[in-house]
Amino acid sequence: MLAGPVGRENIVVRGARVVDPLERVDAIVDVRIDNGVIAQIGELLDTNEHRVVDAAGQTLVPAFVDPHVHLRTPGREDEETIATGTAAAAAGGYCAILAMPNTEPVVDDPEIVRGLRTRAEAEARIPVGFFAAITKGQAGEELAALGSLADAGAVGFTDDGHPVVAAGVMRRALQYNAITGRTIAVHCEEQTLTRGGHAHAGAVAAELGIGGWPSLGESLMVARDIDLAADTGQSVHLMHLSARESVDHLRRGRDAGVCVTGEASPHHLCLTDDAIRTLNPNFKMNPPLRTEDDRAALVEGLRDGTISAVATDHAPHALEEKETTFESAPFGVVGLETAFSALYTYLVEPGILPLETVLERMSAGPAVIFGLDRPRIAVGAPANLTLLDLSGSWRVRADRLRSRSQNSWLLGERLNGRVCLTIAAGRVAFE
Amino acid sequence: MSDLRVVPGDLVPPRGQRRHLLSVEDLTRDDVERLLATARSFSVSQERETKKLPTLRGRLVINLFYESSTRTSSSFELAAKRLSADTLNVKSAGSSVDKGESLKDTTLTLSSYDPDVIVVRHPEAGAANVVANNTRARVVNAGDGKHQHPTQALLDLYTLRETFGRLDGLHIAIVGDVVHSRVARSLVQALELVGSDVILVGPPTLVPNGLAPVSHDIASIADADVIYVLRMQKERMLPGASFVPSLGEYAARWGITPERVGAGQRVMHPGPMNRGVELDPRVADSPASLITDQVRAGLVVRMAVLYDLLTAGPVAVETAVGVA
Repeated sequence: MLAGPVGRENIVVRGARVVDPLERVDAIVDVRIDNGVIAQIGELLDTNEHRVVDAAGQTLVPAFVDPHVHLRTPGREDEETIATGTAAAAAGGYCAILAMPNTEPVVDDPEIVRGLRTRAEAEARIPVGFFAAITKGQAGEELAALGSLADAGAVGFTDDGHPVVAAGVMRRALQYNAITGRTIAVHCEEQTLTRGGHAHAGAVAAELGIGGWPSLGESLMVARDIDLAADTGQSVHLMHLSARESVDHLRRGRDAGVCVTGEASPHHLCLTDDAIRTLNPNFKMNPPLRTEDDRAALVEGLRDGTISAVATDHAPHALEEKETTFESAPFGVVGLETAFSALYTYLVEPGILPLETVLERMSAGPAVIFGLDRPRIAVGAPANLTLLDLSGSWRVRADRLRSRSQNSWLLGERLNGRVCLTIAAGRVAFE
Repeated sequence: MSDLRVVPGDLVPPRGQRRHLLSVEDLTRDDVERLLATARSFSVSQERETKKLPTLRGRLVINLFYESSTRTSSSFELAAKRLSADTLNVKSAGSSVDKGESLKDTTLTLSSYDPDVIVVRHPEAGAANVVANNTRARVVNAGDGKHQHPTQALLDLYTLRETFGRLDGLHIAIVGDVVHSRVARSLVQALELVGSDVILVGPPTLVPNGLAPVSHDIASIADADVIYVLRMQKERMLPGASFVPSLGEYAARWGITPERVGAGQRVMHPGPMNRGVELDPRVADSPASLITDQVRAGLVVRMAVLYDLLTAGPVAVETAVGVA
C-alpha cells in the first residue's frame, strides 16, 4: 500500500541504546543491516564491508509513521510536493507517511491514485501511502469508487477537511467499505456548530472576540461515528482529536468493543488556546487548540492507549496565506520536522509521558491502525530505524525547514531531542 | 486660562522604543491617567476661537479604513488636523484593496510615505498587529473585528470622569450584543483597569461568559450609575444566525426605555444607534444621555493619543500645553 524508494543498504549502527518497546528491547547493542534488512542485533558485531555509524550516546528506535500529512499534491505544489514533504518527514524521523486526499483535484479516481504512486516511486524520499476520498469530490453525497480505489493502491479513505455530513452516507460508506479491508478515517466536525469559528469557544476566544469553534462541534460527530461503527460492525478512525468529550466517547466506544481508533496531534498535546492570545496565525488549526483540561485528557488518552497514534496533521500553507490576520488565515500548521522533538520537550522531559509511550504511538500505533507492517527492531525486519540524540537541542528556524512551507508553531523555539539519522525501507533517508 | 504654547524641539519620539495603541491590554493605569489629562488639556484648546495647535506640524497621519465609520474616522481626521498634522485617508473601497492587495502590501505601500502614525480599522481581529509588524510608523487600532477598539474605551473613560469626577467604584451596566462588540471588550478591560464595576446584560446568545459578571435580566441595570447601550447589529438576525428571534422581541426585553432608566442614571452609546431598538429615542434625547459628550470626548482623546504616541508623554504635555 506504500509507494516509494526501497533500499538495500549495508550498515552497522554501533553502540546506540536500542529501544523497541514492543520487541522488549532496551540495551546498548549494535545493529547490523544487510541489504536493507536487519540481520543481526548484538554486541560488537562484525562490520564486514558495511558502512559504520558510530552512535555511542544516541538512541536507536523504530522509525515513525505519520498517518496524517497534507502533501498538497496535486494542485498546490507551491506549498508542498512529494519530494519536499517526504524530505521533511525523513528529517523528522519518519519512515512512512500517509497523505490526505483533499487536493486539487480531490483523490477520488483510481487514475489519480496510480499517478500519485508513480510520482512517489520517482520523487519520494520515504514511502508514502495515499488516502482516497470517501465521497466523490469530498462532497459528502455519492460514494467514491472505494473498491477500485483500493485496487489502485489507496491506503485508506477519508474526506479530511470535511465531515461526511449525512449520517446515511457515512453509514453506507462504512457498510460498503467491508469489501476493501482498508480503514475509513473521519474528520469530526458538526458544521452548524463550527461555522464562523476560528478558535476554541472558550474564555480566550470570548476575550479576543474571535468566533468560537466549540468542543461539541467535534464530540457530537465523534459520538455519531462511533455509533455508526458499532451499528455496521466496521472500523472507523477518528482524526486529530482535540476535546476531552471526544476522548471520553472514544474510551467508552473501545471499552464497549467498537472498532474505533483515534489520533492526536503534537500541537493539541502541547498547547492550549492561551497560545492564540498573540493572534499569530501559526497557532490557528482545525480543530482549534483548546483548554488545559482538554490537553490533559488527550495526554491521558495517549498514555493509556485510548488514543493509539500521534499524527502531525502536517498542513503546509504559503507564506502569503499566513501573513495576515488570524481570522482570514487558513487553518493548519506544519509538523513533520518537529513532532518528536516537540513531544520530547513538552511531555517526555518533564516526566509527563514515558519515552517508550511516545515512541510506540508515533510508530507501531499508527501503522497497526492502517494495516501496515509496524517498524520494529528485530532480525529479519526491514530497516526502518531512527537514530535520536536525546541530549541534543536545536532551534526551529524557518530557513532550515525542509518543508516547502514554514507555518510552524515552533518557529524560534529551542527543542530538545534531535533526529540524527533516518533509515526508511532499508535506505538512509536523512542524516 | 493661560495661553496654549508649544515648546519646540520637544517633539522627538523616544528612541529605540516604538509605541503603538493596539489594545487596552497594552495600557497601564498611569498611561490612562496621562492620556485623560492630555485630553483634558486639549479640550481647553477646543474652547478657543482658533482651535488649531501647531503641535504636530509636518507629521503625517494616515487613516486606513477597511470598514465604514463616521465617528471614528472623522474624529481621527479632525484630531490630526487640529494638531496641524497632514492627513491622508485611505478607504478600502476604491483603493488597491479592491484589487485584492493584501493588508501587508497596503501597509508597505503606505509606509513608503514615511507616515508617523497609521490609524487602522479592519473587520478582522489582529489587523492592527499585522500593520504594526510591517511599518515603522506608530499604529493606532481604530477597531479590529470583534477584538479591540481602545480609543473608544478611552473616550468613554474620559466621558465618565468628566461626568462623575471619578472612575473608581463607578458601576456600569453594558447592555446588548456583547458577543459581536469590540467596544465592549475594550471597555470591560478599561473599566477593570480603573477600578469600576461592570455587569453585562442581554440575551444569553449575545452575552459571552468569562469577561465579566453576566445577567440576562434587564432589571439588573437598576443599580448601575451608567447604562452603556450597545448597538444591536441587524445582520445578527439574518436567517441561520438567529441570535434573537426578532428585533421586536429584543426591544421589548432589553431595549432601554424611559421606564427602565432610574433617576440619576446616565446613558451612553458608542453609536451608531438603532433608535427604537436598543435605545428608545426619548432616552437618547433626554438629559440622561451622554452620547454627544462621548463624541466630543472622541476628538480630544484622539488628539491626546496622537500627541502621546509622537511625543515623550506627560512631561511634555505640561510644558507644551498650559492648562488653566
